[in-house]
Amino acid sequence: MWKWLHPYANPETTYRFTGKIKPWFSWASFILLTIGLVWALMFAPADYQQGDSFRIFYLHVPAAMLSMGIYVGMAIAALSSLVWQLKMADASAAALAPIGAVFTAIALITGAAWGKPMWGTWWIWDARLTSELILLFLYLGVIALHNAFDDKQLAGKAAGILSLVGVINIPIIKYSVEWWNTLHQGATVSKLGKPAMSLEMFWPFLFCFFGFSFLVGALMCTRFQTELLARNRMRPWVRQLVEQESK
Amino acid sequence: MHTPTQLSYRSAFMLILKRDLTIAFRHKDDVINPLLFFIIIVTLFPLGIGPESATLARIAPGIIWVAALLSCLLSLDRLFKSDYQDGSLEQMLLSPHPVFILTLAKITAHWLLTGLPVLLVAPLLAVLLHLPEPAYGALMLTLLLGTPVLSFIGAIGVGLTVGIKKGGVLLSLIVLPLYIPVLIFATSAVDTAALSLPYSGQLAIIGALFFGSLTLAPLAVGAALKVSTN
Repeated sequence: MWKWLHPYANPETTYRFTGKIKPWFSWASFILLTIGLVWALMFAPADYQQGDSFRIFYLHVPAAMLSMGIYVGMAIAALSSLVWQLKMADASAAALAPIGAVFTAIALITGAAWGKPMWGTWWIWDARLTSELILLFLYLGVIALHNAFDDKQLAGKAAGILSLVGVINIPIIKYSVEWWNTLHQGATVSKLGKPAMSLEMFWPFLFCFFGFSFLVGALMCTRFQTELLARNRMRPWVRQLVEQESK
Repeated sequence: MHTPTQLSYRSAFMLILKRDLTIAFRHKDDVINPLLFFIIIVTLFPLGIGPESATLARIAPGIIWVAALLSCLLSLDRLFKSDYQDGSLEQMLLSPHPVFILTLAKITAHWLLTGLPVLLVAPLLAVLLHLPEPAYGALMLTLLLGTPVLSFIGAIGVGLTVGIKKGGVLLSLIVLPLYIPVLIFATSAVDTAALSLPYSGQLAIIGALFFGSLTLAPLAVGAALKVSTN
């Protein structure tokens, strides 16, 4: 395992590897999202209670699940960067934070748009909504702390500690609908066991979810590469790269 | 058997605690200003919202708690700033004692100087805000368990931002989201108590937050300080 992972501690190797997998992620995301969104928005049956407005589900739920998943990923990267001093992990945590913040914002905005016709209100101080809003603040705090330091290494460590402290919020969001009986409905999609929705609604969801996941992967690759270039801008391999590009 | 230069954990803790308290009592405004800030914020609300006692009684727990949170935030800056600037913080980190003990002592001193006065003044302000009688016990208990949590979590934020020049606004951005759970459960406990219902559930969660932050926050603060002092 270590022997296999060892070359990826070198920024140049990792840069090239990320460049190779990026088109795969982009294409997978494009295909899955095209199929998933067309299926979900045009062909999936309308909900018997909510009618067509339930279709925002296909945007809202993947965004909400990914907002939490990205935070956990960022925290794991931060932990491995703090414990094993992996510089690549540090760069990937820095690359993930803004993506996660955007997905949290998407989840909140689509949730508000869904809440207006269903609950009659854009916003309510419900446990799930509030904890998701806190997640957005946590992301913004991590990003702000990261930008506050001039030294990228220090910035990564400080932001890493903060993101680890914030992990406490993730189980709160996850179980908020079970711990507090508030307005937000319970989980519709459970990964293990039988989904609580009909299969012809569930399949397009799967396409959308994995489409968005691969989109996160592709964005992550781009941001990670940029981050690597910025951090290694004085290295010879970056200069060679720039010279090749400018030719 | 330990040599005279080797301090036990307890005496190291007590030394730092005493040192911080002594420094604070030499600069009395450091202790008094956050408390005055707390009182002034609370008095602003009846002026802004109107003096009807029913409204005030309804929002009293929230006002007192938000004011406590803000005054804690205001006083956090003092926790490590001057020690960082005159270099004594680095000396403490270099000392052979575990950073856990040092940070625990400094946070305890911070709570004694800012949390405890808030706790003592709160009943008086609660009277002024017409808080219902049965809620007093809950208010005091939540403040007793909750304000240390504010100090602990705040210390993490200060540890992270102490080396940054304009850390003040950033500190509030980092710390306030982490304060929200304490605020939610504390005010919910006081509200429940005002209706003469049992509030032990909320109190138990604040207790869990207290013990969780007591055991974990000094570690995070130590790590943060090591980053900041580099």
